[in-house]
Amino acid sequence: MSNLNTYRAGADEDGHFGIFGGRYVAETLMPLILDLEKAYAKYKDDPEFTDELSYYLKHYVGRPSPLYFAQRLTEHLGGAKVYFKRDELNHTGAHKINSTMGQILLANRMGKKRIIAETGAGQHGVATATVCALFGLECVVYMGATDIERQAPNVFRMKLLGAKVVPVTSGTGTLKDAMNEALRDWVTNVENTYYLIGTVAGPHPYPTMVRDFQCVIGDEAKEQMDEAESRLPDTLVAAIGGGSNAMGLFHPFLDDPTVDIIGVEAAGHGLDTDMHCASLTGGRPGVLHGNRTFLLQDDDGQIYDGHSISAGLDYPGIGPEHSWLHESGRVNYVSVTDKEALDAFQLCSRLEGIIPALEPAHALAHVAKIAPDLPKDHLIIMNLCGRGDKDVFAVAEHLGVTL
Amino acid sequence: MNVNDTRITRRFDALKAEGRSGLVVFVTSGDPDYDTSVEILNGLADAGADLIELGMPFSDPMADGPAIQVSSQRALKNGQTLTKTIQSVRDYRTRDNDTPIILMGYYNPIYAYGVDAFLGDATEAGIDGLIIVDLPPEEERELCLPAIEAGVNFIYLTAPTTNEERLPRVLAHASGFIYYVSITGITGAGSATSADIAAQLDRIRAQSDLPIAVGFGITTPEKAADIASVADAAVVGSAVVKIIADNLDDDGKAKPGLADKVLGFVGELAAGVRGAAK
Repeated sequence: MSNLNTYRAGADEDGHFGIFGGRYVAETLMPLILDLEKAYAKYKDDPEFTDELSYYLKHYVGRPSPLYFAQRLTEHLGGAKVYFKRDELNHTGAHKINSTMGQILLANRMGKKRIIAETGAGQHGVATATVCALFGLECVVYMGATDIERQAPNVFRMKLLGAKVVPVTSGTGTLKDAMNEALRDWVTNVENTYYLIGTVAGPHPYPTMVRDFQCVIGDEAKEQMDEAESRLPDTLVAAIGGGSNAMGLFHPFLDDPTVDIIGVEAAGHGLDTDMHCASLTGGRPGVLHGNRTFLLQDDDGQIYDGHSISAGLDYPGIGPEHSWLHESGRVNYVSVTDKEALDAFQLCSRLEGIIPALEPAHALAHVAKIAPDLPKDHLIIMNLCGRGDKDVFAVAEHLGVTL
Repeated sequence: MNVNDTRITRRFDALKAEGRSGLVVFVTSGDPDYDTSVEILNGLADAGADLIELGMPFSDPMADGPAIQVSSQRALKNGQTLTKTIQSVRDYRTRDNDTPIILMGYYNPIYAYGVDAFLGDATEAGIDGLIIVDLPPEEERELCLPAIEAGVNFIYLTAPTTNEERLPRVLAHASGFIYYVSITGITGAGSATSADIAAQLDRIRAQSDLPIAVGFGITTPEKAADIASVADAAVVGSAVVKIIADNLDDDGKAKPGLADKVLGFVGELAAGVRGAAK
């Protein structure tokens, strides 16, 4: 691990975390990104802005989310004490709304009347459509045609919320193509449109801004753990696609050297196959969607699609700050297969009465691997970042159950 | 190597001496397959292209419209790589050592190739310029400036959103020519009027003596002529690769005569541009 004074200072003024991050966008978008950077710098510490955000997070989203001691699961695993940070209890059922709420308040201040977003599993699309409904703004969500098919309930939810869902057939019709299409929309509608990115990726300032909005998860968890156990946790575990829930939990703890931090990528059918989306463990650095980061790509630099049972982890890249934390060694990144995640999904449902989303089921699968060998006073926080309602159809299919 | 004396600068000097605007033709290297794309490339100059923009296909062409997206996909599906793209230029130079060739595309394939290796191979093959859509001045250190050092014209893009305050930064290291993106949008989308464009070009000319090529949304010989009356060159891409798409059989293979159809259209564009009053 390198000897830095802090792991929390990034990004630098050009939006880099080490060699990662940056602003790799077309000239047409560059002035917009600079405007956004200015607006975010102006409002992020403005008391009127932070008060309004706190108000909506409390009364609309339902924060703080509980830090829950998973007693039965802990007994079952027979080792470390496992706590769940329950962001699945947020309005709309996942952590995504922490950032969509922050960004919509910013878009309001920037006078933007039209909001666009990309979505994979549909959680970010739903969270975006929700805040657009709340503030009466036009909402257009780009979603891969393949994903629309596998996430029909979320598509209907977005439409109920008044959003227009645009199927993306270009490329391979998945999340990366939806992001390309959203960028094409933005470059066309530069005057009135705010691009509301769902994860800690994209050109600067998105990775930093989305992280800052998601840090409410880690800030609360730190305080709640202190209340429950009068000390810091020993280990943090979170699932990673783009990596926004993980960054939100991890970031407030990065400068606490006793806290072991683990990010869990999706290994799909296994890292020895080409059916996975573990960008850090199976990819290498490249430039896509406005930033340099670890990407799944061939020798010629062509991007290929990841695979995961969880549509929310199905992205060939990862937030640039994760790439930097990986290279610096501060965070340890591991991976979990579809099968292991499915087992954890069922375990959590039966032992705790909580049906987790398939994304945090990956984190839980890793917890189940490490907890038994850790002492009973070892404290783990796992980010239960989404609920599994959206996944019950897919899981039933995988388990061979006809609904 | 001097970026002020390249095939590109010599070509624009010659156009100026002739008193006319130039035609820049974009085709994707490897579209629809390597051999057909080489046949097209080899015929472009004779058909009337003054400069050639050769697309380096990329899986995720974020600034491109549907025509160039599918063009890239066709090329990639048929095994096109950056190595092959460079090779096609190397071969081309044995028959034509004058027509400027500018590679256009996105940064990741070059990054994967390695910047030093790429610049070495590109200059040796006879590539004159680069247009890399996702490298704005803010990210110019790792490829743009080394390219200029190597004597390659790195072509900077300006857009309607590039305001007065920002323009000097974009022009700071510009050489060869300036590419004005005539609309806010993707390639192949609707175009601005020549009057609007003329006003924008005046804005750039107030700060630079470099020639200006205008692209995005130029689809017909008439439109090309219209743009050529106000710009130093007109760039046509999507409309050209659409001809390729229209001449594929059900299996996506090139029909006989595809290259001639493309080159015939380029001839019409060239006639339009050459007839434009300037």
